[in-house]
Amino acid sequence: MDWDKIVQLLVNGLTLGSVYALVALGFSMVYGILKLLNLAHGDVLMVGAFIGWGVLGWLGGAQDPSVAVWILLTLMVLAAMAGCGFLGVAIERFAYRPLRRAPRIAPLISALGVSFFIQNSVLLLFGANFRSYESFDLVDVEVGIHWGPLNVWILRIVVMASALAMMLGLWILVTRTKLGRAMRATAFDREAAAMMGIDVDRVIVKTFFIGSALAGAAGVLVGLVFGSINHFMGFGYGLKGFTAAVVGGIGSIPGAMFGGILIGLAEAFSVGYIEDVTFGRLGSAFSDLVVFLILIGFMLLRPQGIFGKKDVKKV
Amino acid sequence: MSEPSDSPRIGVDEWVASAEGRRERSLAGRAEALYERTPAAVKLLALVVPFAVFPQLVDSDYLMQVGVDTLVFVLLALGLNVAVGWVGLLDLGFVAFFGLGAYLYAAVASEYAGRSWDGMLAIPAIAISVAVAGFLVGLPSRRLVGDYLAIVTLFFLQLWLVVLINASFTRGPNGISDLYPLQLLGREVVSLEGYYYVALAFFVVIVSFLFLLNRSRTGRAWRALREDELAAELMTMPVNRLKLMAFAVGAGIAGVAGALYAPSQGAVFPANFDILVLITVYAMVVLGGAGSLLGVTVGAVLIMAVLETLRDPSDASWVFYGVVAIGLVALMRPRWLAPAVLAATVVFGMGVHELAERARPSLVEGTTVGTARIDELVDSWVLVPEGAVGPDGLPAGALARLAYLGLVASVLALTLVRDRWLRAGLMVPVLYLAACVWENVLLAQPAVARFVLIGALLVALMAFRPQGLLGRRRVEIV
Repeated sequence: MDWDKIVQLLVNGLTLGSVYALVALGFSMVYGILKLLNLAHGDVLMVGAFIGWGVLGWLGGAQDPSVAVWILLTLMVLAAMAGCGFLGVAIERFAYRPLRRAPRIAPLISALGVSFFIQNSVLLLFGANFRSYESFDLVDVEVGIHWGPLNVWILRIVVMASALAMMLGLWILVTRTKLGRAMRATAFDREAAAMMGIDVDRVIVKTFFIGSALAGAAGVLVGLVFGSINHFMGFGYGLKGFTAAVVGGIGSIPGAMFGGILIGLAEAFSVGYIEDVTFGRLGSAFSDLVVFLILIGFMLLRPQGIFGKKDVKKV
Repeated sequence: MSEPSDSPRIGVDEWVASAEGRRERSLAGRAEALYERTPAAVKLLALVVPFAVFPQLVDSDYLMQVGVDTLVFVLLALGLNVAVGWVGLLDLGFVAFFGLGAYLYAAVASEYAGRSWDGMLAIPAIAISVAVAGFLVGLPSRRLVGDYLAIVTLFFLQLWLVVLINASFTRGPNGISDLYPLQLLGREVVSLEGYYYVALAFFVVIVSFLFLLNRSRTGRAWRALREDELAAELMTMPVNRLKLMAFAVGAGIAGVAGALYAPSQGAVFPANFDILVLITVYAMVVLGGAGSLLGVTVGAVLIMAVLETLRDPSDASWVFYGVVAIGLVALMRPRWLAPAVLAATVVFGMGVHELAERARPSLVEGTTVGTARIDELVDSWVLVPEGAVGPDGLPAGALARLAYLGLVASVLALTLVRDRWLRAGLMVPVLYLAACVWENVLLAQPAVARFVLIGALLVALMAFRPQGLLGRRRVEIV
């Protein structure tokens, strides 16, 4: 056994997984409340990554930042969260709300249109080139934990820790606050919640804001750790985030976190070992295959996911 | 025997009945009644004749190629319509079947594969194997509600692209470029015109097939399934089998389209079967009216025509200003309001242009991209700052990007204004901003602008006219 490689893949998987978990949370929350698959969610993440990149450039770039690094990072994440939050609210208001009573397929097609519009708008304004955060200049790659085979760059720790902190914050919000209770009630039965005096529209708007803000933060974190961003990046993260949400049990918050980590680890290890296992026939590009098989497996064997409850159809 | 109209009728919802009554009396309603009365053969003829005379009207190879592509896309849209329009399943992996058909053609008739099958054998074989592939993809999703199905099929498409780009037997992104031309009964199709007529023949066959299918027991069951899956199941319809069948039929048609597309292009590349194509086909189905064969065909032709004209900046301007003007006239009431708004926009623009020229001349010093007459006209009307667009066609400064975002935001905000007069008034500066953004940002990159517009079209259609141009609105009682 090559322990160095295994530990490295573990770290990679956890980093990737915490990003997927953040994306999955947004999917899961929106699906829980509206029963709507927000196909534009990945593109919100992409916009977040671009906002972070813009803030970074505005404050002097990675080589010569005009403020302390930790302030810079905080500002990038906060700006992306705010920008994406409002983007999410706008998407809900203009693309989904007019279609609440439409046939199921209509909001999905609308979501497809939104995703396509955002992607191509960014392409129109910023071009198809990959942009880099140059985060190796921002934080030296040697800074971090070095302990036996364990070598973790500090930025990766920051990414994992902030993802974890956001998930904890969300957990507290959903379980302990009035808004959280309103959200759970709306997810359980929208009409009954409305009759109990909950302003359902406002709850939905807030859900979209929170979910999209998390995706925006995830976008910045992706840019920091994996370096380059472009207009098409949201697609892959959206798919994996959705897979994570399904695996964990759609609508469940711990499920989304767990599913995210699981998918992240699966992807990291399949990137690392798929060549060995298939005797060199399949390259690391085929790691998506493994994630896809996990998705299909869960859909066939346990469609409600790990933490989900079985959906009882009522007539 | 006629019933008195004011007494309640049994089994008829009053509101629905009155809505239908209004509809029957309107002009559109009469046209529809006429359309309903027309025998199917006449309809088919009316659909085919414009396609049949098209080659007589064009004389350039380029337009002929566009014609072939259009027919291929019409076939694709018809195939997608089976799943999306009739059964209401969101199949986002659809272009993978198109790609599979094209690559299978490459596998049975290319120098690379070392085989050259006759089209009479190859095309049915491809159709059947792609239909089987569609069946297999549908299989794991048979227990899923519509949304899960969408993501599984989308993931499948992604995986398919990964295989195309990375596998060695598909030659990766370079594609397979030494395909043999299509052979039919030993005779090679050599000209584009030949491909056009072959595609047309397939179009006639497939449209007739779909027409009969839609009227059959299966077609009725599909529609029942779309309206209410649970009710359909309770009426003993085999829901899963029907879904898989729709998947397979749609995939098979896409396979035929791919098998025609590959030889007419002479090569297959992964980039020809990606998400851009998927969304384009969706826009075709939705624009024309999902569920209606005529609507889908018209939608596909319209979208292809618009995409082609948008390639050339000079033509694109005509289309843009024309569509905006026609759209306003069609949508705004009373009738005189649209011309008034347009005139006000022209005057407003002249005023702004004059002001800008005096205050900051740099704002008007650039020139527009196109060279047609319309571009010379608008050159002295819109603001074209010098150097707003870099040499690569991307916006160079913050101004152009802000203007674009401002346009998106103000158009969205405009849809929230309820008061008709206020909205008409606010429309004037927004239209002018749209013209400025069009000339400065969108026209500089027509290839991208086309897809931005398609995305916006999908959202707008779903919000304002989900039935599309020719589809029929469904009155639902909740």
